[in-house]
Amino acid sequence: MFYSAFEILKQGLTGNKGWKPVWRNPELKTEYDVIIIGGGGHGLATAHYLAKTYGITNVAVLERGYLGGGNIGRNTTIVRCDYGQPGNSEFYSHSMKLWEGLSQDLNYNVMHSQRGMLQLCHSDEQVGSYRKRANMINARGDEAQIIDRETIRKRAPYIDLDNARFPVRGGLWQKRGGTARHDAVAWGYARSADSRGVDLIQNCAVTGFDIVNGQVTGVQTTRGAIKAKKIGMAVAGRSSEVGAMAGLRLPIESHVLQAFVTEGIKPFIDYTISFGMGHFYINQSDKGGLVFGGDLDMYNSYAQRGNLPRVEQVAEASMAMIPAIGKVRQLRSWGGIMDMSMDGSPFIDKTHIDGLFFNGGWCYGGFKAAPASGAAFAHLIATGQHAEYASKFRLDRYKTGHMIDEAGTGASPKLH
Amino acid sequence: MRISCPHCGERDLREYTYLGSAKLLDRPDGDAGAEAFYDYVYIRENPSGENAELWQHSSGCSAWLHVVRNVSTHEILSVKLASEAKA
Repeated sequence: MFYSAFEILKQGLTGNKGWKPVWRNPELKTEYDVIIIGGGGHGLATAHYLAKTYGITNVAVLERGYLGGGNIGRNTTIVRCDYGQPGNSEFYSHSMKLWEGLSQDLNYNVMHSQRGMLQLCHSDEQVGSYRKRANMINARGDEAQIIDRETIRKRAPYIDLDNARFPVRGGLWQKRGGTARHDAVAWGYARSADSRGVDLIQNCAVTGFDIVNGQVTGVQTTRGAIKAKKIGMAVAGRSSEVGAMAGLRLPIESHVLQAFVTEGIKPFIDYTISFGMGHFYINQSDKGGLVFGGDLDMYNSYAQRGNLPRVEQVAEASMAMIPAIGKVRQLRSWGGIMDMSMDGSPFIDKTHIDGLFFNGGWCYGGFKAAPASGAAFAHLIATGQHAEYASKFRLDRYKTGHMIDEAGTGASPKLH
Repeated sequence: MRISCPHCGERDLREYTYLGSAKLLDRPDGDAGAEAFYDYVYIRENPSGENAELWQHSSGCSAWLHVVRNVSTHEILSVKLASEAKA
């Protein structure tokens, strides 16, 4: 079913009885051309681009839980492209271009809102460093500028510009930054892939790989064996666990990152805003809830729940930046598991096993990356070649000295 | 999460700083070759169950600790001084 204004009118006049389920619940076949492990944002995006761009539709997406039930459905929804390092720079720039046409591409409203992103600077040195970043963004052809205190005061009068400890000196403004409705991204990709013939298989966990003479031939699952000559892993958070089943040893640690949402309030925060003295970022959802997050919990974790010291830090940062939100009640928090890589950048690559492809290491930047990640992973699986805009996310880059260390913090996953 | 420091007793998580895998105690010999150092610096087993880790009681006695912890339940299984631990 093609979604359109006409369809809404037609359904409205006929009692809304003609709407169909958004995807099928297909029977599992015993063999596919391609299996994608992981029904999150990246796996579903990969299935969409495999089917739409490369015409490969005999594909199964295997999801252990339910579609979009992991980090794609619980994050702070920020979409930006402000990376400076070669490798990341062109990749996130490409992802932004895909975001800008995503609702049309999927025929599904992902509510991509380019409301603008403001990153606050609190010292002259930080202004200088953000000016360099703005220049890097502009040099690539995306847009960013440094704005002064008075401009910030006009745009966001609720920010405590004269905080005694962290006065605001200026900000980095990216007008194409913003947010998207996270669930809709998963659902839109799922619907598109399904409508082109991809089988989305839920409640199906992979328990092992079948590998013959260095070539993958299929997977073992909780619903039986499935054959395929090409298999892509998109299970960030659990990459080490799933990879270990195929003998992969990865430069990844799993850490937990929390996200928070408050009760719904009237329109208050127009942009996505980040604090410059401590890790804190906030925006307001279309339902009115303030959505925000901070740093990792700072030690390895596979528990999908966060600790209280981090809740405290996030609350303190929010009060330092916007004192007016102090009386808003927090409704929910959620801890998601992140693949934290050794340089803070992801992997989209072949593995030492023929036919087995790896997508992971997204740290906590996976949401905005999903479109380009899916497109690049589909390209790699379909053609065997790395997409031009994702050619540096190699699994062996630490061995060859090609780190993509955006934060410059070295081989310590929790610091990226 | 509370960790029992061998010197100070059971203390709150906030007193501790995490470094990473306890494999860092097991540094290869200088002539072990690039592959061994690549493995040491970058590769992590990253299990979802028991993980041997290095923590410092940074807001307490400053001792480095070897902690075995279940990273899915956050249960602390053993704590000893890093100086007494073999990775």
